[in-house]
Amino acid sequence: MLSNTGNFLLLINIFLSSLIIYSSFKCLKIKNNIIFKNIYQISLMQSTLVLMCFFTLIAAFVVSDFSLITVYQNSHSLKPLFYKISGTWGNHEGSLLLWVIILTIFSFLFLIFNRNHPKNYRLYTLIIQNFLILGFLFFIIFNSNPFSLISPIPKEGLGLNPILQDPALAIHPPLLYVGFVGSSIYFSAAMASMISNYSGRLFAQSIKSWVLISWAFQTLGILVGSIWAYYELGWGGFWFWDPVENASLLPWFAMTALLHSLLVLEKRNTLYFWTIILCLMTFTLSVTGTFLVRSGILNSVHTFANDPSRGIYILIFLSLMIFASIYFLFSKYKPTNDLINSNSKETFVLINNWFMMFYLVTVLLGTLYPIFTDAISNNKISVGPPFYNSVIIPVVIVFLFFMAIGPQAKWIKNKFSNLRSTLLILGGAIIINFAIVYFLKSYSLISNLILISSLFLIMSSIFDFFKKSRLSFPRIVSHLSFGFLILFIGLNHNFSVEKDFNLKLGEAKKIDDYEFALLDLKLSQENNYKAVVGKLEVNNSNTMKRRILYPEIRIYDNPQTLTYEASIETNFLGDHYLTMSNIDRSEYYNIKFQHKPLMIWIWISVLLLSFGGFLSLFKNAKNN
Amino acid sequence: MLPKKVKKRASLLAILLFTSVIGIFLILNALNKNILYFNSPTDIKINQDIDFDKKIRVGGMVKKDTLKIKDQEIRFIITDFKNEINVSFKGTIPNLFAEGKGVVAEGKLQDKKFFVADRILAKHDENYMPPELKNIMKENAK
Repeated sequence: MLSNTGNFLLLINIFLSSLIIYSSFKCLKIKNNIIFKNIYQISLMQSTLVLMCFFTLIAAFVVSDFSLITVYQNSHSLKPLFYKISGTWGNHEGSLLLWVIILTIFSFLFLIFNRNHPKNYRLYTLIIQNFLILGFLFFIIFNSNPFSLISPIPKEGLGLNPILQDPALAIHPPLLYVGFVGSSIYFSAAMASMISNYSGRLFAQSIKSWVLISWAFQTLGILVGSIWAYYELGWGGFWFWDPVENASLLPWFAMTALLHSLLVLEKRNTLYFWTIILCLMTFTLSVTGTFLVRSGILNSVHTFANDPSRGIYILIFLSLMIFASIYFLFSKYKPTNDLINSNSKETFVLINNWFMMFYLVTVLLGTLYPIFTDAISNNKISVGPPFYNSVIIPVVIVFLFFMAIGPQAKWIKNKFSNLRSTLLILGGAIIINFAIVYFLKSYSLISNLILISSLFLIMSSIFDFFKKSRLSFPRIVSHLSFGFLILFIGLNHNFSVEKDFNLKLGEAKKIDDYEFALLDLKLSQENNYKAVVGKLEVNNSNTMKRRILYPEIRIYDNPQTLTYEASIETNFLGDHYLTMSNIDRSEYYNIKFQHKPLMIWIWISVLLLSFGGFLSLFKNAKNN
Repeated sequence: MLPKKVKKRASLLAILLFTSVIGIFLILNALNKNILYFNSPTDIKINQDIDFDKKIRVGGMVKKDTLKIKDQEIRFIITDFKNEINVSFKGTIPNLFAEGKGVVAEGKLQDKKFFVADRILAKHDENYMPPELKNIMKENAK
């Protein structure tokens, strides 16, 4: 029953999308500036129906309707309700439906919120967006239909992968999707802008809010995913340069570059084509990331069941998108007079863009390189964190300095009148850095430079805050929190302590300043898993602090899986992190203990970073 | 004399080109230094010119009854059923690490028979097998 409803709604959506494209073309033929009423109505109906379609799927998950393959493969009747619901988008088919929802709703919202822009531009955006919607709807129906039936109907589902049964991972996909699927709307708008010759300042204004929304959500999505990886995967880090993480980072770099070049387009009416390229690039990278993750070409922590036919479909779709983008770029390209003074805010924005492209290329090459070598030479290789660290960290230092100076530059022609205060701040940053190094006793050239440059950015931003009007407040928040982010990452990295060792029950061990004892092991039976809970005493002989931590090994039933559950004691100074695993069913337990200073501040910095985006969004909405 | 505008544009392009070339060079250079090659014990045996300073990955099965657990290290033998190699490892051991199961270890070769690992790759479910390993198993099955 639910399957029929779902399929029916999908088909109606295909019909509505086609209808929108058809009526938009018809409307374009009439020479006035009014969009047919029925286009609004159909668009609203389309959004409503796609939501209903999604609710149908949620309903199927909630009542555990195992006649649907997707529900059978990803749910279980004994699973808590919350995870039944979040399981809806925790799998390939359901997440594609979420994807279409965002495409559709953004399409509708863009239509109604841009009434003061010309009809042609709005209609072309709508048309292109609906082509994207159609593309994904066909993908869903022909290849990844969440409403496909299975017979005979199984009695029980296979269950959701336990590492996905987690609150952070329940909200992670929707946040991330608003980010990178949301970027589709300015992909469409950029195409429409080229087709309808609606360029320059006004175009920049029409997409600014959307870029801000997607950027802020993308940032949040990455944050939540990262927090999840930190406590759930049990490696104790927050970023692993895993292909999937990279896939979410690539569009983020493009968006960040776009966000900045959009300012130039808005204020100075130059860099139009570069901005268009960035718009197109962002969504293209989003689809590329999806292609890499879902096709199974890359291995990663995301265990989407792989299926090469999916890859081929997305690849064809991606090629069409890229081909269309390039075609329009070349046919519409006019050399413009983008003359920019070398000492001006424009230049600094371009410098930002240069860095973003550099990061983008680095991450892209690092992610794709193993695929190429495999295809060309059949050599199996992998590219790990050392590559990214050695390329990105030195460059970040220079980047932070530009990030601190750039915002103070003036448009058109700048004069550095505040050289003295800049030097003063730099001096302050260096002094603080050495104070930190002196008190905490750790030294490496790179980490010193990282601390100095991030402190420089932080202090410059604070300085700015007192000097400038409230207008640039959102920017200051984001720049400041980025400075803090790098600072905390630097401190965290430098002063982390990690100990790995093997213990038997009742055994104690002293390593450097720490003394560990495995006091107890308990078996506990929970709702949907069994757990071995360890009781570990950690004594720090330096601070005389005694901690008891309770790491777990969980054995989930459906599907049968072993997971770690890290025991983390968090406070404002740092985290104590401990995981335990049994070594091949012997009496030995492998313990990983970490002290990670200032961990919580890393999360808070990213939260503030994204908050700056939201602030800017409200400011922008207020102004228009 | 070229007009000032053209000059400016040319110098901008020159800077852009220059910095980009340097950037790409840095990236490729780092890439070359930091890629990890995947080897089976047989690969290591055959290979004549091994760079012992370079990190590599070794994959295969953990040979039965070879796991020895010590204070802060474990030792075991990785086998691809043709050749084998001794491994010593300090660090976090994934829950799914077990004798008779597949494993990928990352580290440096001390000599052709002894591998010092600093990372054992985490895997998420029992059915998962790294594609590299699958290929080895397939070849051996022939």
